[in-house]
Amino acid sequence: MDAFSALAEPTRRDILELLASNGKMPATAIYKRFKATPPAISQHLKVLKDANLVSVQKKAQQRIYYVNPEPMKELEKWIKQFCSRVEKQYSKLDALLEKEKLKQDEQPQLFDEL
Amino acid sequence: MRENTTVITAEPGRQELFITREFDAPRELVFRAHTEAELYEQWVGPDDLTMTIEKMDATDGGSYRFLHERAEHVYAFHGVYHEVLKPERIIGTFEFDGLPETGHVIMGTTRFEDLGNGRTRLVHQSVFQSVADRDGMIQSGMERGVDEGYRKLDGLLPTLQAKAQTN
Repeated sequence: MDAFSALAEPTRRDILELLASNGKMPATAIYKRFKATPPAISQHLKVLKDANLVSVQKKAQQRIYYVNPEPMKELEKWIKQFCSRVEKQYSKLDALLEKEKLKQDEQPQLFDEL
Repeated sequence: MRENTTVITAEPGRQELFITREFDAPRELVFRAHTEAELYEQWVGPDDLTMTIEKMDATDGGSYRFLHERAEHVYAFHGVYHEVLKPERIIGTFEFDGLPETGHVIMGTTRFEDLGNGRTRLVHQSVFQSVADRDGMIQSGMERGVDEGYRKLDGLLPTLQAKAQTN
């Protein structure tokens, strides 16, 4: 599953936000913060890990999760590039509007000359 | 003149996106640039594509079909105008004909707000049929404008379809 689809689920976004604000957290501590059962949360963690949104460290019997910042940067890049495509189009519209405004201003002058 | 920046909001997991942009032009003029074919074709579409308006009837119940062309590639878009309320609002549908299956329709509402002093704010909302449709559109936007963009876009279309089916 890609990062966008992984983020489409609200619980997974909550998990990500929790990890983003707390840094590294053991799986058991994450379970305690949610009403859903530990197996359900564990499944969400697996999806986040498969999408490379979080990474996991094994420490003794514990699995420690933390946010992997790279794919988040990738998402930001997509939005930014989409935005720059839209912006290019609107810059063209700006130029066109300036031209049209001048046309409207010029019309009475043309009549004066006639 | 103030800086006019485009703001795009696409919250994760939602089926919509918003585009906000201000213009140094009166609302009537910005509206006309969206409804009159001879103005519209001058600014819509990426720079490296030739925009052709096959049909554009911006009236309630009217329809449009646009072609974006470069070399042997032709991308078509079509839709209907649900409401064209001069000079404040346009509601309509949008569909990209190049997808592997039809029916991925976007509903768009564009509002034009008069800010006074000859300025206008445009607020556009696109509502997609699924989160995957929306994200696919944002991701395809990324592929444009680069040299091998079209090959990449072709590669992306099966992914879009796969995502749409699993959704």
